[in-house]
Amino acid sequence: MNMFTKVKDRISKTIQGLFSRKNSCIGIYGSPNAGKTTLGNRILSDCDIDEEFGSTSHIAHETRRAKKHESVNINTDNGSLKLDIVDTPGLATKIDFNDFMEEDMDEETAKSRAKEATEGVVEAVKWLDDLTGIVLVMDATEDPYTQINVTVIGNIEARHIPMLIVANKCDRSDASPDKIKEAFPQHPIVSISALEGTNMDELYSEIARRFR
Amino acid sequence: MADTQIDLVSNAKLSSMATMEKIRYIIDETKKGKILVLENGLLPEEETKLIEMTMSEIDSQEAKYTGIEVQSYPSKQSSSIISKLFNRSTKGRMTIIGPASSLHTIKKDANIISEIIR
Repeated sequence: MNMFTKVKDRISKTIQGLFSRKNSCIGIYGSPNAGKTTLGNRILSDCDIDEEFGSTSHIAHETRRAKKHESVNINTDNGSLKLDIVDTPGLATKIDFNDFMEEDMDEETAKSRAKEATEGVVEAVKWLDDLTGIVLVMDATEDPYTQINVTVIGNIEARHIPMLIVANKCDRSDASPDKIKEAFPQHPIVSISALEGTNMDELYSEIARRFR
Repeated sequence: MADTQIDLVSNAKLSSMATMEKIRYIIDETKKGKILVLENGLLPEEETKLIEMTMSEIDSQEAKYTGIEVQSYPSKQSSSIISKLFNRSTKGRMTIIGPASSLHTIKKDANIISEIIR
């Protein structure tokens, strides 16, 4: 994209933002099994929406299609905020059906899951172009320096769109959200447990602050 | 164990290529079993394009090609006003890329990336 196109694109987006009444659209991103869908489901449940983004599983790539929920009304101490939220499939650089067979899947199911998982990653990458903010979910029990985290953060920084890092699974005794804070000190981080609903109020306040 | 070829790719070589040429080059070389060390890595948008293209090349029926292992340090933001003005504040960093079937990360932190080949 040349300089002129970039400037034109930015002016066009600014004008659209001024005159349209569209909600902000934020994407939930992260590696497989970071807890993205669990977080999405928790947000819908806290907002009294009687639906889920999808099922969750300990087996990677349970979410293989992006799913959008429109006009989610998030209430915080500082008022409410209406957002469109997209739960995306986990990003990965490698997918091997043999890994699914190790989880007791039959070969046909494992191959089908692998194919859908690759398509899901492509869909997640394509969604990046249409979002106004990113919630990057990291598993606080894992090493934060994964290439997926590095790549997503690099992309968001280059696109200059707001991002919030969520250190998830803080209910676990081996969770270490401080490692995430050390790794990415330039970005806001909120520690939660999406599974147990811990510290969600702080997350909603931060979402309102970053994505309004 | 069969020999593994490791190519150190200069920034001069990569920067002479268009984005899709770089991606095609990386995928083709890793499909041959080679490991590439890119002097200055890829731009963030090139990294996501690489992920996208890699997914479309994965063979989910025979698992002959299961994707890539790729590691780089977290990006460094340039503090120069000129870079920021021209939207070039994120610099690529040294990056290692290889076939997922043979290159494995054993440890990574802010300053050291440890890989094994098997």
